[in-house]
Amino acid sequence: MKSRDRRAASRAGEAAGSTTRRGFLKGVATVGAGAAAAATASAASDVLGFDIETFLQKNFRELSDEQLEDVLQRMERKYSAQYGKDVRVAATGPMDGVLFGYGLDISRCIGCRRCVYACVEENNQSRDPEIHWIRVLEFEREAIVRGIELEDGNPYYDHEKVPADDKVYMPMACMHCEDSPCAKVCPTGATWQEPDGIVVIDYDWCIGCRYCMTACPYGARHFNWAEPTLPADEVNPDMHILGNRPRKKGVVEKCSFCIQRVRDGRYPACLEACPVGARKFGNLLDPESEIRQVMRTKRTFVLKAELGTNPKFFYFYG
Amino acid sequence: MLETVTLFWRFAVGSLRTVTRGSVGYYVWIAFLGIAILAGLWAYAVQLQQGLIATNMRDQVSWGFYIGNFAFLVGVAAAAVVLVVPAYIYNWGPIREVVLFGELLSVAAIVMCVLFVMVDIGRPEIFWHMLPIVGTPNFPHSLLSWDILALSSYFLINLFIVTYLIFMAFTGRRYNPGLVMPIIFLSIPLAIAIHTVTAFLFTAAASRAYWHTAILAPRFISSAFCSGPALLFLIFRVLRGSRRMEISDAALYKIGELLAYAMAVNLFFLGTEVFTEFYSPTAHSVHAQLQWFGGHGTTIAVYSWIALALNVSALIIFMVPVLRHRLGLLSAGCCLAIGGVFVEKGMGLLLPGMTPDAMGEIYVYGPSMIEITVGAGIWAGGALLFTLMVKVATAVYAGEMRYRGA
Repeated sequence: MKSRDRRAASRAGEAAGSTTRRGFLKGVATVGAGAAAAATASAASDVLGFDIETFLQKNFRELSDEQLEDVLQRMERKYSAQYGKDVRVAATGPMDGVLFGYGLDISRCIGCRRCVYACVEENNQSRDPEIHWIRVLEFEREAIVRGIELEDGNPYYDHEKVPADDKVYMPMACMHCEDSPCAKVCPTGATWQEPDGIVVIDYDWCIGCRYCMTACPYGARHFNWAEPTLPADEVNPDMHILGNRPRKKGVVEKCSFCIQRVRDGRYPACLEACPVGARKFGNLLDPESEIRQVMRTKRTFVLKAELGTNPKFFYFYG
Repeated sequence: MLETVTLFWRFAVGSLRTVTRGSVGYYVWIAFLGIAILAGLWAYAVQLQQGLIATNMRDQVSWGFYIGNFAFLVGVAAAAVVLVVPAYIYNWGPIREVVLFGELLSVAAIVMCVLFVMVDIGRPEIFWHMLPIVGTPNFPHSLLSWDILALSSYFLINLFIVTYLIFMAFTGRRYNPGLVMPIIFLSIPLAIAIHTVTAFLFTAAASRAYWHTAILAPRFISSAFCSGPALLFLIFRVLRGSRRMEISDAALYKIGELLAYAMAVNLFFLGTEVFTEFYSPTAHSVHAQLQWFGGHGTTIAVYSWIALALNVSALIIFMVPVLRHRLGLLSAGCCLAIGGVFVEKGMGLLLPGMTPDAMGEIYVYGPSMIEITVGAGIWAGGALLFTLMVKVATAVYAGEMRYRGA
């Protein structure tokens, strides 16, 4: 595969599969060929306590195609050795004419949290300390009569069976705001909005100042307060450099709309896990997409519209 | 040129000799600071190893004690220089001689500010990502990038002035006013700028209703005008007591007068905020409610009332003539003002802003032992730096350390 391909958009459908497979085969080859190099590098980084190449790596947006290729190969070597799997780290770019949007049907959600755990598995979130990109708020049905106030929501509900009587559920994650306060305040430009609307983080460039967490009105950003733990047998080896690759202690992470899936034309993991079909996802620029149909035909709203963040995560009553 | 380099070398050697010699009291003080610094380093090593989980900060309250200290110290750094205004513009003779110490305090305070930010970030080894040239600063969008720019310019300017003034005194030559005055005048707007930008850092977060108010920057400035000069007042009294420095009563009373205005304005601003929050309480007033009346197991209200009590007592001392004209009471007033502003600009600023969090959740935060120990270490480091600089400055001005020809 030419290095240039790594950042190119995969054409959804036929091309997506072949790109993935080629990348995967390449990953296997790399593991074999680069085994010695990997061993040396990992020994060196064990002794030094950090990896000098990662330390000197540039901001993702400043990497040339060749440098990006090197970075991806280094990550694949490192993660493959670390987790004993053939890990593929993609850098698939955005597709022209695509702006992703998400819809959530509040009247259908039953609060089962299957989306939460599907997300944890897909996106390699830390199991201890637990990090959840999705939080489900539980409201008294009567409380939302005066409008949805987040402080009325309880994310820690624990029932034998859901939905509980007289309760309403509202999952929340990153809203991928058009005018994202988090990207605006980041002092290093380690988080930004991609042309397809996904707000991403360069985990190697984030210094962990947490200003973005202060700025985010939706509590969508999570900090790695300790070294994240990720059991090798639970690792999802199909990674994206700006998405679900393993994070480290001291950096911020959040939902990426499953960038590793959606840029290959697949649905986010939370959507596939939802047992009641409360989740809709698609291209906001395509008038025929499901998300646009929802916006046309349902009562749709966004959270904290008054803050002018213009979220691309919409709630609706189906 | 070569002569200047040689002289500066002698100045450096002289400074080193000066700071290594002193009374028993001096050695005890240095040893005390050294122990506190070591304890701080140990605590920081623990934090580095475990991660910031060693603090009590969590996703809900993601900034705490460290950033509170940072905000307070930016104020100290800014306000130490405000004494420059009366000294030079109005040509108040008595204060003029002590401006130098204001600038020394600024230098030490900014070093502490930087350290408090460094211990707060998750990956300190790559902090340079936010610097120009080597990193990719998000300028002009991020207020943190602005803050770095303002703080570093202010730091360099003050460091230059104090080094230059002390060095010239060492060589026995008069400083060049044509060089010093423009830089000093530049440092005044910069002093206001560093504190305004730091306030805007918080105001910029529209998601945090408590901080998203136009009064925040004026409150930062007014409270800094209390804490900075008050700290200097105490330092002058110590210096005078140790007979290291001639400081007139008139200079001290002038600072007291300035403090009376500053504290009155500071409390007035607080009053306008309280009125706005409580006369027509909206959903956003929940922060002010917690700040003043507590509940949900929070301790913020305790901090707020302590700060208010300290500040009001200080104001009474600064305002009432019979109290104000006694240096001992004025010192007590300064202690009260420093304590009041420290609480107000530390926990009193951070906690209500972050509690409840953006999701409405209430997480009860208080600094962990690690945070307190690291913080104490940084304060000791700043105090050590300030002590050493003052030692050199006073030795030079007392004529104990002076270049007497080749």
